[in-house]
Amino acid sequence: MENLLEIKNLHATIDGKEILKGINLTVKAGEVHAIMGPNGSGKSTLSNVLVGHPAYTVTEGEIYYKGKNLLELRPEERSHEGLFLSFQYPVEIPGVSITNFMRAAINAKRQYLGQEPMNATEFLKMMREKRALVNLDSKLANRSVNEGFSGGEKKRNEIFQMAMLEPTLSILDETDSGLDIDALRIVAEGVNKLKREDTSSLVITHYQRLLDYIKPDIVHVLYNGKIVKTAGPELVMELEERGYDWIKNENQQ
Amino acid sequence: MSHEQEYIEIFDHNRELIEEPCATLLNAARGRAAVQFRSMGFPGIKEENWLHSNVAKRFATDFGMNLGRVEVKTDMQSIFTCDVPNLKTHQAFIINDTFRNSAGGKELPEGVILASLNETAEKYPTLLQPYYDALAVNGDNIAQFNTMFAQDGMVLYVPKNCVIDETIQVVTLLQANVEMLSNRRLLVILEENSSASLLICDHSSMEKQTLSTQVMEVFLGRGAQFNLYELEETSHSNTRLGHLFVRQDADSNFNHSNITLTNGFTRNYINVSLEGHGAETNICGLAIGDKEQHIDNHTLVDHKTGNCNSNELYKYILDEHSTGVFAGKMLIRPDAQHTNSQQTNRNLCLTNDAHMYAQPQLEIYADDVKCSHGSTVGQLDENALFYMQQRGIPADEARHLLMYAFAGEVIEHIGIEALRDRLHMLVEKRLRRELNHCKGCSLCK
Repeated sequence: MENLLEIKNLHATIDGKEILKGINLTVKAGEVHAIMGPNGSGKSTLSNVLVGHPAYTVTEGEIYYKGKNLLELRPEERSHEGLFLSFQYPVEIPGVSITNFMRAAINAKRQYLGQEPMNATEFLKMMREKRALVNLDSKLANRSVNEGFSGGEKKRNEIFQMAMLEPTLSILDETDSGLDIDALRIVAEGVNKLKREDTSSLVITHYQRLLDYIKPDIVHVLYNGKIVKTAGPELVMELEERGYDWIKNENQQ
Repeated sequence: MSHEQEYIEIFDHNRELIEEPCATLLNAARGRAAVQFRSMGFPGIKEENWLHSNVAKRFATDFGMNLGRVEVKTDMQSIFTCDVPNLKTHQAFIINDTFRNSAGGKELPEGVILASLNETAEKYPTLLQPYYDALAVNGDNIAQFNTMFAQDGMVLYVPKNCVIDETIQVVTLLQANVEMLSNRRLLVILEENSSASLLICDHSSMEKQTLSTQVMEVFLGRGAQFNLYELEETSHSNTRLGHLFVRQDADSNFNHSNITLTNGFTRNYINVSLEGHGAETNICGLAIGDKEQHIDNHTLVDHKTGNCNSNELYKYILDEHSTGVFAGKMLIRPDAQHTNSQQTNRNLCLTNDAHMYAQPQLEIYADDVKCSHGSTVGQLDENALFYMQQRGIPADEARHLLMYAFAGEVIEHIGIEALRDRLHMLVEKRLRRELNHCKGCSLCK
């Protein structure tokens, strides 16, 4: 299998403070990786660095995505190349309807790929199909992006956007937070339906419950800016039983 | 000699010339206005209301005034026809201060007057007499200046129960070969239960320095409904000093949108007086500035009696070195119980050199009222920008979408769909900087 993402010795800072202290991670096409770890271990920083958030500075290391140097691409180019982040806290954008927002996003991508803009009928049909995937109310589509949405609606909107953009590598940053059990199931089912043989996911979470629905192939534990443990899906159960303290203790020496 | 002294001398030396072509009604008001202007002069920048707008400086240019009313040759066909698609309008022009009905316009309902102020004042002095200068008399220095020199302009008179369905569109233009100062005067009288919509497009876009003062007095009878849309698309060399006075009787409704798309130096003063129970007023403004543009909106919503509603929304988008001023006062007098009054002012400063001076004011002298006001100045939301970029929308496009959404809220208040669509398009073009070099009326292109 081909390497979709290769992270080598990645160090990153925010406001001069080092958060990532040498991450090494390889994701092959088709794999689902879970990244777990206690609060403050650097999980969200890793996802933000991957999508090019301007607040973070990469001080050392390399990231290759589809063989390209990811760090040389602008955030929108990374998106066009198939990188998608489901935000932990989706942003409200007053005055911009989901429809207009998605049209701008889809057409920007098509332009990048040298394709014609999508025609209105085709676009609306696609909106309808993808909405159905996550039970997103049609009324929401005419509302401003995330404005006044409940926690569950915001997360469903993230997965809806993921369905629209058909990413190659999707990063789900604590997509389970703030969801009740029904919403969690809908969101997880949406993610599973979008899964293809050549697409991969990084699932960032604290808890087991999302991973009951989205089955990881490989599980990593991130602690203090480094990946300190990598194992198969059985690690999820172990963490659920034992918590993170034993990992913290193992890594204090 | 100070600038005001120069203009006082021009007035004294040319009084006969000014008054000769004008109706008695216009001339009768000049003496009093001149006395007032003599004592006040131009406003100084130490005056509270003029702290950020040095208006006296705007009069420093050696302007021509055409007091002898030399006819300005205008080929009406060569002046664009301002056509908003799908919007049926009755069109007229005010060239400098001279009213011109456009040929082939649709007939207005019987009894409606849309005509030259001066001619109407000659023809129907008793009709206009109770209204002319009735509100502007209490206006500021510049309003008095306008009354001193005003020679013509426009009247819109709508008789009782008359409803005009079509929007009336008036295009104001300055035309001259020299630096030019012009004083326009507009009078709008809507009698009981009548209704009209007026769109005024200000297109004074000459290369030469120009200055226009505009005083507009609006009288709304019981139950009258008036929509007023003002759109400024002038150039960097233009100074606009606008005054709008509105008096509303019971159950009347006034909707006003004031949009500054391109300009040089603009000061708009709006004074709405709610004098009858159940009157409602909605005033909105949108200002888009870049380069050295200066946009100042001063508003006063004066609740003189109870059970009236007022809503106010002003938004500014300031780029480069532009300056915005917003001072909005809501005055709730002791008799104005059960007032419902809201004011919102939101501003975007896109650069460190753009300046916004915001002064929301609320004065309440009644104890059973619902009032709120709020004002913010800020930048585009960085989190929203990044979120959009993550979805593939390029940074510039994301910025543009956010600005457009910010401005859109004001445009949504415009009641005429065709005009709303057109303004959405114009604002989008403006934000993309495609309007900067437009010489004519972009409503027609």
